[in-house]
Amino acid sequence: MCQTEKNRNETARRNVCEKADRTEESGARETMRLEIESRSRNEEFARVAVAAFASRLDPTLMEIDDLKTAVSEAVTNAVIHGYGGGDGIIYIEVSVCGRELTVTVRDTGVGIPDIPKAMEPMFTTDPAGERSGMGFAFMEAFMDQVEVRSEVGRGTAVTMKKQMGG
Amino acid sequence: MGEVSFLYEAKGQVLVIHLPKEFDHHNSRDLRYETDLFLSENYVRRMVFDFSRTVFMDSTGIGILLNRYKQMQRSGGSAAIYGASPQIRRVLAVGGVAKLMPQYASKEAALLG
Repeated sequence: MCQTEKNRNETARRNVCEKADRTEESGARETMRLEIESRSRNEEFARVAVAAFASRLDPTLMEIDDLKTAVSEAVTNAVIHGYGGGDGIIYIEVSVCGRELTVTVRDTGVGIPDIPKAMEPMFTTDPAGERSGMGFAFMEAFMDQVEVRSEVGRGTAVTMKKQMGG
Repeated sequence: MGEVSFLYEAKGQVLVIHLPKEFDHHNSRDLRYETDLFLSENYVRRMVFDFSRTVFMDSTGIGILLNRYKQMQRSGGSAAIYGASPQIRRVLAVGGVAKLMPQYASKEAALLG
């Protein structure tokens, strides 16, 4: 497939997904929602569940591993930072439209006061220095697009997109 | 918490750490404490990380490796890795560990350095 044709197909697909989202027409986008308690043992469950949902895009093994790593980073952030190791619920929504997967990991925890600073590679709030500060850098390395919305005292939502399969 | 996490193996002045299948935040909560305890009681010149059972690692694993690497550097020791799968090698590269710690195919090679 030549690049122009590929771009045209991509634009057509995006239009279908956007129209479906606007009109809430069912069919074009498939969605899964998950609510889990904020516990470290749920990190593995979350990434495996998202990967299982993503398998309908027929992704490569590498794409699945990338997705699992990115989801693990976002969920770990919610457990450690959002809820500070305490109680809380982590909301995960994953959807596919065409070849694009969108996953949002949301908490209603403390929020991030300075998002650009939090996203700087090697920035960490851990005084022991055991945490690498690479969580957001990893999400950006393994996904096509990462968007962070946060409000202090209200929580944080990380939305990531990735083209998979095909 | 009842789950198999790490297994430590001392060979002379070399400490081999057999990492878990899922090397993430949950499965590495005790590693810092356990290795600190081990290092305070034993003379360790080389730390060798065994990835042969590991199928998943995220930036938590990178943080731990970097910290242990710096710890060994400070005491004039060394650190190495063996048994990493292609996916683990990719994560090591993205995390900047690949250029710091030498990787070996076998345990024997990693022990010798």
